Amino acid sequence: MIEVKDACYTYEAGTAMAVNAIDHITTTIPDGQFIGLIGHTGSGKSTFVQLLNGLIKCSSGQVLYNGEDINADGYDRRNLRSHVGLVFQYPEHQLFETDILTDVMFGPKNQGLSEEECRERAKEALLSVGFSERHFSQSPFDLSGGQKRRAAIAGVLAMRPDVLILDEPTAGLDPKGRDNILEMISELNRTHDITILLVSHSMEDVARYVERIMVMDSGHFILDGAPAEVFAQAEKLEEVGLAAPQITYIMRKLKARGLNIQTDALTYEEAAEEILKHRSELEALRTQE
Amino acid sequence: MKEITLGQYYQTDSVLHRLDPRVKLVGTLCYIISLFIVNSWPGYVAVGLFLAVMIVLSRVPFSYIVRGMKAIAFILAVTVIFNLFMTPGEPLVSIWKLTVTREGLSFAIKMAVRLVFLIIGSSLMTLTTTPTQLTDALENLMGPLKKLHVPVHEISMMMSIALRFIPILMEETDKIEKAQMARGADFESKSIIQRVKSMVPILVPLFISAFRRANDLAMAMEARCYHGGEGRTRMKPLVYERRDFIAYVILAVFFGLCIAMRLLNL
Repeated sequence: MIEVKDACYTYEAGTAMAVNAIDHITTTIPDGQFIGLIGHTGSGKSTFVQLLNGLIKCSSGQVLYNGEDINADGYDRRNLRSHVGLVFQYPEHQLFETDILTDVMFGPKNQGLSEEECRERAKEALLSVGFSERHFSQSPFDLSGGQKRRAAIAGVLAMRPDVLILDEPTAGLDPKGRDNILEMISELNRTHDITILLVSHSMEDVARYVERIMVMDSGHFILDGAPAEVFAQAEKLEEVGLAAPQITYIMRKLKARGLNIQTDALTYEEAAEEILKHRSELEALRTQE
Repeated sequence: MKEITLGQYYQTDSVLHRLDPRVKLVGTLCYIISLFIVNSWPGYVAVGLFLAVMIVLSRVPFSYIVRGMKAIAFILAVTVIFNLFMTPGEPLVSIWKLTVTREGLSFAIKMAVRLVFLIIGSSLMTLTTTPTQLTDALENLMGPLKKLHVPVHEISMMMSIALRFIPILMEETDKIEKAQMARGADFESKSIIQRVKSMVPILVPLFISAFRRANDLAMAMEARCYHGGEGRTRMKPLVYERRDFIAYVILAVFFGLCIAMRLLNL
């Protein structure tokens, strides 16, 4: 469990260019949750996730991992990073080895595991992101964009983190690559019970998978709750330059036209089901018009 | 890495900022030469006064300039210590086997002052001149070399690209370093071999990204029909104004004064 207590982070502190990227944030991330962190570019998402594994130190406030202050003197932050895995934006830019397997082994090696164990973990991680044995000896630079991305994610997974933070893992991928990655992450959460924090600026991406959405704007959380609750406040989302999923707007329009339906559908399938339930009403409306 | 303010442009509006970059380039050159011409305390005071006036005119906060000096503190300390102990002459203080001499002391202080003046003076130029202006000035001043088939435009274009890429690559290094730290990489290890080894996961991605960026940039330049310096016009051509001529006169007076001081052994 990660607890953040009244944390602040300021870039370029003490100069005229000082920016409060994180402004008095308090929140809790319980074990096993699948969370979506949404915010506009520059809202502080990327800064926030770096606070969580001690890559940057908050200027004030605390970050606790399982009850221990990670910024305390003598706290083993290197060890923390193998529990709280962070996949950066465009993680494929961090690949450096001659073949994928060796690259993925970099994390476990840093954990001080034996060669055998590292290889075992790397193989498992690569298989879980959808690679097959024949890819293992390929150079990471010969892969396609989506494959590179998956190899890089495997590099963090091989450390077997309890919490996995992904900063815009689908940026720049085509729809198929995007769905692959999101499906894979969701699978990790279900089968391995890994806590997931998925950073994104697309509601459509996260709506289908997550159980909790945190919305960030200029260093604050302005909304935090189940997807349906968050999307119910579409106006507030629009104020900060975001939007609810398109399906929410369709359902709301239908309701405004006099259809007595629930507007909290998150996926197209749910929405279709809900509309079909009210088919007779819909027919009645049509004949009226 | 972010603390390196030495030589970065400082955005503000001052006489020095508005001055033609060619004047500043020539001025800095004169200033550096004069630093090596003067050889007496009155001479240093004169140069120091000139520098102080320039700092005030530049409107760059003095603390900002001093902060940039941190980067050379080590070199400065080494220079002072060596000069202090290694110069033969009349002994002042003796510590163990090392002796501080009168000549050594005076030489060390002069050396330190010279170094500090040198760095502050030249960083003042880059603090008040954007890299683009600087390379424009360089290209313009080196213009006559074109007759000797020196690729002046290409050199200055390479220089401006190199300057432009420094902050980009620094940011990139920071990003890659963090990404590898998130994978448990250890950059704080004491052993030198370990530290060199730990650079590989940073350098390889950095080189790849530098090549990728270079490739993209070349493509983007070609897409906009860049074909070298032949027949290329400027958005802001360099034109001398009255203040630039005044600055040249002041420079000439200052330079003449320094030479005179040396010749008269003042």
